[in-house]
Amino acid sequence: MSMRHDINAPILQVVGLSVRFETPLGLVHAADDVAFDIYEMETLALVGETGCGKSVVASAIMQLLPGNAVVEGKALFSKMDLLKLEEKEISRVRGNEISIIFQNPSLSLNPIIEVGEQIAEPLQVHRKMARRESHQVAKGFLSRLGLGERSLMRMYPFQFSGGMNQRVMIATSMILSPKIIIADEPTKGLDRALARDVTSEIEKIMDLTGASLLLITHDISLAAMISDRIAVMYCGEIVEMGKCKDVLREPLHPYTCALLDCLPERGFKPIAGASPSMIDPPQGCKFHPRCPYKTQECMQKQRIRKIDGDERQVRCWQY
Amino acid sequence: MAGDFNRVASCKATEWAKILRLDMRGLRIALFGLLLFLTIFILAAFSDIFAPYDPWNRFEPFLAPCREHILGTNDLGNDILSELIYGSRVSLIVGFGAALMATLIGTLIGLFAGYFRGLMDETLMGITDVFLMIPQIPLIIILAAFLRPSFWLVALIMGALWWTSTARVVRSKAMQIRETSFIECSRSLGFSHMHIIFSDILPNILHVIMPKFLLTIASAMISEASISFLGLGDPTMKSWGMMINFAFTRGGFINGYWWWYLPPGLCITLSVLSLVLMGFSLEEREEETMRIE
Repeated sequence: MSMRHDINAPILQVVGLSVRFETPLGLVHAADDVAFDIYEMETLALVGETGCGKSVVASAIMQLLPGNAVVEGKALFSKMDLLKLEEKEISRVRGNEISIIFQNPSLSLNPIIEVGEQIAEPLQVHRKMARRESHQVAKGFLSRLGLGERSLMRMYPFQFSGGMNQRVMIATSMILSPKIIIADEPTKGLDRALARDVTSEIEKIMDLTGASLLLITHDISLAAMISDRIAVMYCGEIVEMGKCKDVLREPLHPYTCALLDCLPERGFKPIAGASPSMIDPPQGCKFHPRCPYKTQECMQKQRIRKIDGDERQVRCWQY
Repeated sequence: MAGDFNRVASCKATEWAKILRLDMRGLRIALFGLLLFLTIFILAAFSDIFAPYDPWNRFEPFLAPCREHILGTNDLGNDILSELIYGSRVSLIVGFGAALMATLIGTLIGLFAGYFRGLMDETLMGITDVFLMIPQIPLIIILAAFLRPSFWLVALIMGALWWTSTARVVRSKAMQIRETSFIECSRSLGFSHMHIIFSDILPNILHVIMPKFLLTIASAMISEASISFLGLGDPTMKSWGMMINFAFTRGGFINGYWWWYLPPGLCITLSVLSLVLMGFSLEEREEETMRIE
């Protein structure tokens, strides 16, 4: 994948995005001051452990959060702030300009509608295409993903395996050739071989359509394989962001280091302590209760340090 | 040979059971109900072929069953068998009309309340509660007494009152389905609310609406009969309830003319039974699937 982003302006610019949920137990700070840019044809991976607010960021951009969510900040996409759009306008963006590939493909497909129809549906809704024509296009897409047989179009999701359903999901979200694709844990629940297949499918289609990818995953090795840049999230914040190679080769933030040490090839070392509560997060740096290098400063305030211009940033006092 | 045929037949039956997702008992019950219903339906559709006479033709009154008049004649000399066959039309039309209207209103209200939640839900369910409070049969009696009684009116009133339980069931089902991830997926593809409601949620609820629809037809038919029996039905139309009413008021019961009042009663029972059997087998299948899940 090319590194064209240094010459182009970002196509999606997320600035100061905060998401809070009002619950009976109190305010849940699911995302706090999240900021990142996505450039044309690049892949940005949002990495973090389960429950750190990765998926919330994606849903917030698409205005898919439930009613009890309070969203602040901006998400600029082709001169529009996605977070402020009316339902009608955001509907036009969804699927058409930005689309999501959800985790758990078998549950994300309507169980009683034929697979072919589900892939063709966006064309009928957004492009007002005739049924027959849209099915032709859908068939073309499916066969490009290795499901070429005519009879497959008339099958139902329950007749497909998880991997096949995942490909159907990919086809559905790419059929309108959106500019940005958000893949929310695309390989969760798939075995290693299948995950590799799906990943290469996604890569192939990205190259074909020239879309950018926001990859949301807890799987660092997957992120290492296909992403250009990587952003590490912890407790609703991006703690470190930079080029994929740099971040993985020499991680700066203690959390990133600890996360990398969890990998089997680095010795399976668990991070001491438990993830903090999102209702009552720690003061200052949110990682400080688990951090081996913590100082007095860490407990009170945070600092974002930018290195190499905007290329690399880290939320830590050490640098 | 016969054994072979039997095996083939039972094989076919198992296949059908599999397609309809019924067990063999359920299939038998549903088939029996369907046959019964089809018989009544064909009688109603082709009354002029099956009925031996025009039901308004007058012969000698109060005839006991004989060769010319299998079920005898009534006080006006009308042939009871012909009346019975023509009477199926009114009963079916009232039943279907009322049930269709009730199911349509109930489904729409339930879908909107369950999908949109919030204020829409509160308002629609409030209206539903108000309708639930109205004592239905007394209201129908009063309206039928003050307005010119006609079976269209009866069907209309029942349709306008009986959507409440359908609305409740559909609402809870819609609330359940709107939280599934394929609905979120549809939203993320930019489909409009209406598109999601009618082409994603509705097909997933049809299996709940169908048995409800059948059971509503059955209860509408019974109500039509009871209203007619009370003398508030359409006196110019021959329906089963009206026949029983006439048998009651014109001395059929006192004189023990069983051929006058028993057949329409049986007909009502059988047609309701046919619908209930179909409805129950569908509902039972639903419970079965729930248990598996």
